[in-house]
Amino acid sequence: MTVTRRHDGELHLNRRAFLTLGAGSFLGVVASWRHATLQSPDSLPGTGPSGRLWDPARAGRPLEPVTTADNDAVIRAIEKQLHCTCGCNLDVYTCRTTDFTCTVSPAMHEQVVDLAAQGMTGPQIIDQFVRQHGVAILMAPPKRGFNLAGYFVPSLAIIAAGVVLTLVLRRWARTAAPDPVPARPLAAAGTPEELERLRGELDRLSV
Amino acid sequence: MTLLGTLALWLALLVGVWGALAGFVGGLNGRADLAHSARHAVFAMCGALLVAVVSLEWALFQHDFNVEYVAAYTSRNLPIFYTWSALYAGQKGSLLFWATVLSVFGSLALVLTPRHHRELLPYVAGVVSLAAAFFVSVMLFGHANPFQRLPYTPLDGNGLNPQLQNPGMVFHPPMLYLGYISITIPFAFAIAALLSRRLDTDWLVAIRKWTLLSWLFLSIGICLGMWWAYVELGWGGYWAWDPVENASLLPWLTMTAFLHSVMIQEKRGMLKKWNLALIIGSWLLSIFGTFITRSGVISSVHSFTQSSVGYFFLAFLIVAGTASFALYTSRLPLLAAEARLESMVSREASFLFNNLLFIGIAFSVLWGTLFPILSELVQGTKVTVGPPFFNQVNIPLGLALLALTGIGPLIAWRRASIPNLQRQFAVPGTVGVFTALILLVAGMRDFYALMAMALGGFVAGTVVQEFARGARARHRQYGEGYALALGRLLARNRRRYGGYIVHTGIVILFVAFAGMAFKTETEASLRPGESASIKSPYGWTYRLTHLGISQYDALNRQVTAATLEVTRDGKRLGVLTPEKRQHVDGLGRPTFQPSSEVGIRSDLREDLYVVLGGVVNGTEQAVFRFTINPLVWWVWYGGMIIALGGLIVMWPGGSPAAKRSQAGYAVRLVGEDR
Repeated sequence: MTVTRRHDGELHLNRRAFLTLGAGSFLGVVASWRHATLQSPDSLPGTGPSGRLWDPARAGRPLEPVTTADNDAVIRAIEKQLHCTCGCNLDVYTCRTTDFTCTVSPAMHEQVVDLAAQGMTGPQIIDQFVRQHGVAILMAPPKRGFNLAGYFVPSLAIIAAGVVLTLVLRRWARTAAPDPVPARPLAAAGTPEELERLRGELDRLSV
Repeated sequence: MTLLGTLALWLALLVGVWGALAGFVGGLNGRADLAHSARHAVFAMCGALLVAVVSLEWALFQHDFNVEYVAAYTSRNLPIFYTWSALYAGQKGSLLFWATVLSVFGSLALVLTPRHHRELLPYVAGVVSLAAAFFVSVMLFGHANPFQRLPYTPLDGNGLNPQLQNPGMVFHPPMLYLGYISITIPFAFAIAALLSRRLDTDWLVAIRKWTLLSWLFLSIGICLGMWWAYVELGWGGYWAWDPVENASLLPWLTMTAFLHSVMIQEKRGMLKKWNLALIIGSWLLSIFGTFITRSGVISSVHSFTQSSVGYFFLAFLIVAGTASFALYTSRLPLLAAEARLESMVSREASFLFNNLLFIGIAFSVLWGTLFPILSELVQGTKVTVGPPFFNQVNIPLGLALLALTGIGPLIAWRRASIPNLQRQFAVPGTVGVFTALILLVAGMRDFYALMAMALGGFVAGTVVQEFARGARARHRQYGEGYALALGRLLARNRRRYGGYIVHTGIVILFVAFAGMAFKTETEASLRPGESASIKSPYGWTYRLTHLGISQYDALNRQVTAATLEVTRDGKRLGVLTPEKRQHVDGLGRPTFQPSSEVGIRSDLREDLYVVLGGVVNGTEQAVFRFTINPLVWWVWYGGMIIALGGLIVMWPGGSPAAKRSQAGYAVRLVGEDR
């Protein structure tokens, strides 16, 4: 292969050298592609164990594999009623499947799973958490005592205001002042149907 | 530049105090020179605060880590976009941002308000100066000076919280701030009207655009906040009834109530007391929201760091609330209605019930937000008030409000007759009933979702009927084609038909909320090559195959990305790459805990939402949460349509007939009873 390098730095090849270089490059690319595909079966379906990450610490806290209990609808329903105490304001289920840096919600989840494995029902598990942490562990306050005010004061206030508003409006409607525009005989105004149609049109065109 | 910034703050404070004094004294004593001086004081304060903002941005972009605020919220490798937004990322900077925007809005109000409202303007200048001076004083005396220097200079800063490094967070806080802050202008006019005793409808005309602007900013800010929470926080939803979220909703509810009830005052001269109370209440709620966000009195994921500024806001809230209430009650005799309600079956009455529900929902949200404190005071035990409580209390109220959204436009002003009601309700009522029947036949059994969609159908029927009738009337009267008639109908009466477009957006939002009743989720740990399936509420099945994990460095973070191939009923849809991100500073040191970046595949029907939890034993075996969220895009479309409707309502101009109508013009048939 003859390669002539001129003073201006450009590379000049004859035809044979060019074709040889091109074929070599092509084979090199093909070979490297084969090499890559042969190296990748770890990530293909049905093949060997999963490889280690270059730097696992970058992926956050190490996690345990998901178990059947993690996806159990009853466990999930219980956890959605329990407040995670890490300060996130989320329920245990949402926190443990959202903020994977939190260590509180996974521990509470483990406790729920353990209690369920002991044969406790949902309400019993929740009672156990309330005994342990107080009622603040519940995502919504229990409906008893002063908490009833929490649930019913807004609705009662709205109903009471609605009743008062209705009474006031009825009184206003009854005592509305007479029309200051002097009434003129209706005879020339049109038939009731025409008046109704006109009223409808005015209603429609009003802003 | 930081010295210049601090000097600018002091100057702004002094000028603000002078502006407040000059404004109130000038207004009360009719001193034109003082009124003039107050106006100039607002402009000067605006200039000084803009200098302070430029100084802080300069320090941020220069990476002057000797400034405590710069070191706390930026790093050398922070993208430039987020370096800019660090201005309002922290407590101190956001106070500066608030005061500056308030002074800009105040200046604009003074410049743009027509001259015939000039009697009100000295008081407006006084209120704006006072409020802005308060925010500046919090910075200077509440240990919240953003120009405070450190005794040493760190090599690099902490960087911005990863969850704030999202485009939604660049736009969401300013929009909410703009909404909160712009309420001050209508409030200032309300106080001006009370002080000057000019309590006719005139002051309402002066604030019309400002109330709409404020409502629009709040609406956009809330929607952007929902979007940010959805794509960034990774919990798979967009609204969690967090105290800070609630704080943004409260003034929106009262402002929306005002936008409805003000029409009654403009058309009939009624509800003067109520409208004033709504404006004052909205402003106090915006300050209350600021207090909640900054005091740490209520636990919230959105709160700023706990600090003493909460006491300043509490004191301000109490003083401003007491003063406003005293002024308001002293003027009650001047606020008599000019007309009376004529019938229970009228649009005025339906608006009043609509207001009742808006205020009822606002009260219920406020009650739930404060109930933990109340419970601690009364029972000695703190309780948690989370989404189950708020959903239980507010969903029925929300549905009632949705029903009124459809009922209100169907009832005539002043009095509706039985034939009129029958004619108006026939089509929308039929649409609502048919929607419910179709959904029942399709198998929908969730009561609230069914009600939301049926009522949505009813309201949509109302809106379509209103547009169709209006377009048909123009077609008949002017011979216009239907498309042209529709366009002109909208252009000639922007307030009414823009309002209907907002109602359409609200319907779409409610349908989207109903969709979340059918959310499904599952967890799985997958090795490369393994798959997990999740069934959609629409009946098809998604299959997600874990292809592997890659790790690489990006600008200011180290990324661990999982690649999942997604198929739906065997058909390949593409790949999703949820990530874990470890943010680092310019020296490669970790700055925050690793955060999740969700992978989302969206279409109009549902979102497939994938979170990478982490890896097992340092291998490529990864833990995922898969969620299917139905109708999420409807939330974003609903928000866009609401914003579009708001813009149409706000757009300047309008036909003379509409202006006449808005100014109180009313037509009564001869011989018609009142």
